[in-house]
Amino acid sequence: MTHIALPRGILIAALLLLALFPIIGTTFYLQLGAKIMIMAIFAMSLDLLVGHTGLVSLGHAAYFGIAAYALALASPKYDAANLWLTLPLAMAVAAIAALVIGFLVVRTAGVYFIMVTLAFAQMLYSVFHDTKIAGGSDGIYILVRPALTIAGLKPLDLEKPVEFYYVVLIALAAVHGFLNRVLHAPFGRALAGIRMNEARMRSIGFPVFAYKLVAFVLAGALAGLAGYLAACQFGFVNPEILAWHQSGIVLMMVILGGMGRLHGAVLGAFAYVLTQEILSSPALLGAYAKHWQLAMGGLFVIIVLVLPHGIGGFIEVTWRRFSYRHAKASGANDP
Amino acid sequence: MTDATLEARSLCKHFGGLVAVDRVSLQVEVGALHAVIGPNGAGKTTLVNMLSGDLLPSSGSVYFRGRDISRLAPEKRSRLGIGRSYQKTNIFAGFSALENCRLAAQSRRPHPFNWLRAALSYENLLVRARRALDQVKLSHRADEIGRALSHGEQRQLEIAMCLATEPQLLLLDEPLAGMGMAESQKMVALVSALAENHAVLLIEHDMDAVFQLAKVLTVMVDGQVLATGTPEEIRANREVQAAYLGDVEASP
Amino acid sequence: MNVLNGLNGLNMFYLIQLLNAVQYGLLLFLLSSGLTLIFGIMGVINLAHGSFYMVGAYLAFWLTKLTGNLWLAIPLAVATSFGIGLLLETAIFSRLYQRDHLYQVLLTFGLILIFEELRSILFGDDVHGVAVPEIFNYSIPLTDILSYPAYRLFVTAVCLAIAGLLYLVIHRSRVGMMIRAGNSNREMAASLGINIPLLFALVFAFGVALAAFAGAIAAPISSVFPGMGNQILIICFVVVVIGGIGSINGALIASLAVGLADTLGKVFAAEYSGVAVYLVMAAILLWRPQGIANKV
Repeated sequence: MTHIALPRGILIAALLLLALFPIIGTTFYLQLGAKIMIMAIFAMSLDLLVGHTGLVSLGHAAYFGIAAYALALASPKYDAANLWLTLPLAMAVAAIAALVIGFLVVRTAGVYFIMVTLAFAQMLYSVFHDTKIAGGSDGIYILVRPALTIAGLKPLDLEKPVEFYYVVLIALAAVHGFLNRVLHAPFGRALAGIRMNEARMRSIGFPVFAYKLVAFVLAGALAGLAGYLAACQFGFVNPEILAWHQSGIVLMMVILGGMGRLHGAVLGAFAYVLTQEILSSPALLGAYAKHWQLAMGGLFVIIVLVLPHGIGGFIEVTWRRFSYRHAKASGANDP
Repeated sequence: MTDATLEARSLCKHFGGLVAVDRVSLQVEVGALHAVIGPNGAGKTTLVNMLSGDLLPSSGSVYFRGRDISRLAPEKRSRLGIGRSYQKTNIFAGFSALENCRLAAQSRRPHPFNWLRAALSYENLLVRARRALDQVKLSHRADEIGRALSHGEQRQLEIAMCLATEPQLLLLDEPLAGMGMAESQKMVALVSALAENHAVLLIEHDMDAVFQLAKVLTVMVDGQVLATGTPEEIRANREVQAAYLGDVEASP
Repeated sequence: MNVLNGLNGLNMFYLIQLLNAVQYGLLLFLLSSGLTLIFGIMGVINLAHGSFYMVGAYLAFWLTKLTGNLWLAIPLAVATSFGIGLLLETAIFSRLYQRDHLYQVLLTFGLILIFEELRSILFGDDVHGVAVPEIFNYSIPLTDILSYPAYRLFVTAVCLAIAGLLYLVIHRSRVGMMIRAGNSNREMAASLGINIPLLFALVFAFGVALAAFAGAIAAPISSVFPGMGNQILIICFVVVVIGGIGSINGALIASLAVGLADTLGKVFAAEYSGVAVYLVMAAILLWRPQGIANKV
């Protein structure tokens, strides 16, 4: 499947738009924007697995959630935690969980893989839900957001919506840039090969298990980054953050946006969160808004039946048809 | 005991009650192409699968340059220097021919810890990939997507991918399958050139090609070795004529 | 005498746990066999299978309230679910057979959302009890203090009977042969004259009915509550992984193993009991990733 890379210009334009948004956005929209961007990071991390390596994980929320819990457990009750300590810690915890679980699940394939990733995430859910390790089903509050202090100075205050928004934006750009590089590096090319023809990769000498496991761990660590930021924003962590529903939602975002294109994952996150906001808004839909999940579910069903390659794929096919027609038209003028 | 590049000793494979390969032994040496022929269902592909690691033998052993590889995984065998082409074309259909070979070359030098440098900036890999494409005379199609190549070109690419891994042993499973006259002749010339400095095991149905290329022949019927010998010996062998060659006459 | 009584009490306690394990395991088997058949034959991963369990349970609850008779409610619930299954298969699932698992996941996830929300609209979000029918509304005494609910024994017996029936159908009947043929090779089966679309529709609807039956019959034991389907679905996935896709025998062994693990977990590990089942799955993954019943 040839992959139309998004022209540099569009990427930069998008980045600029996002960067300038706080000028016009109200606090509500800034928080919504941050939430979307956090989900976009989460979705990109899953896209590495699903879209690029061909590993459909239905338990990715496990790493998102465990990092959130790591922050919650490491945060002092009434004080700000140190971001420079807790963020790497949270990502490390997520990475280790991904390593242990990955070691068990990467040996499976296809439908089995989907089921076991779901099962292990559910296992973590039962640990956090049934035991008192982290407040059980009541959850834990993070009353003060982590602080970014360097040498006594506080360049950005996460408590302020605008500054939190920019921290998330920087994270989004960094993750996108990093994953972009990784995918063009030999490692990323190997993952693409594994997705396309795993048996062939083995027969030309690639240790496929090792590559998949590394991808799994990397995806887990990045999901952890998103989970950490989500915990910061929400100020509250409970078992639902690792629930299969959360795993399902992020997978939906990846599929909806069109897989195998990083910007597709970002698009999917935007599309999902915005759709959810619209469908659940009493201002727009009155009494029906309470049952927005019905409409959301219906949308999923319709999209799968009608749009075989997701929204991103649909956009791409339309773009290709448009540019083909355009090329034909101008080509017809040549002798 | 021998300095054969590849040695199979009494290889057996059964699936439940079905015996697909029954005590097959053979040796392959550099410079002496060894062809395995036999009717469909004789177990030839199962045999090759056991040599490449795609299947594990039920009993028996495989030695590569004196080392027991009977239970090694395919990727490990590849890294030891074994290249395999498949009967059913098994390329990366969505990548260009060059990328197919580049990826194959990358398997030797994975650079796993550098995640930030573009794959295409590794010149040595591209050089090897181009060299492999040159060897199979596919350089002019380097930028074509795999699935856009003709059937014959895809079979050539299969072999180029093997070559990009710089193997010492080549396991070629019906490289001529589905090819027309002209393409077949090109492929035969290629395999002949490769046989000079590689150990080659060839499975083929095209008898003209087989008798042109092989220095050693093994005839398999119903999973067993019926006869092994030089082309002349095999042609003269009555049993082989009855079982397989039928009315194929001695003239080359 | 006291010591004997004490020993007896401990044995009885374990007997009760064992009975619970078997009952739970057999219930899981009803659900998982539908799931594994649908996977194995049609190649569809159906996340909404748990929702059918919930549909059966809620229908049983509602129809019992309406008619006052659980024995009437259960068949009605099962028949309705069979019909729903046929409808869903022809309208939606038949289009998923050739699609990537990814899209099957997306679509059936959407179905879960729809079912949960419909449940919320029609029945609200409270937990509802379903009365145990009078005939079985007593407990069989085992010792001075321990006794076992007769209804649970009844459920166990019914599940066993259905398991036996399922075995007979799959392995001894023409329909079963067709199913097994379709399981291993669709094209061959079609060329033998088997009406594949009809077979698939019936198998699917049957799987749905089986799930609904399990939900209906278990309702007096577990009550009906939001999310009940999804909880048990994931356990069914574990069963299918352990038992191997497409294998009814595997599903039976695995269901009983899971039932045992879960019950033992509750006895010995209290809070961490939920983990027991997944540890069994992890062990199987290390030992035999393709499931215990499937051959390599």
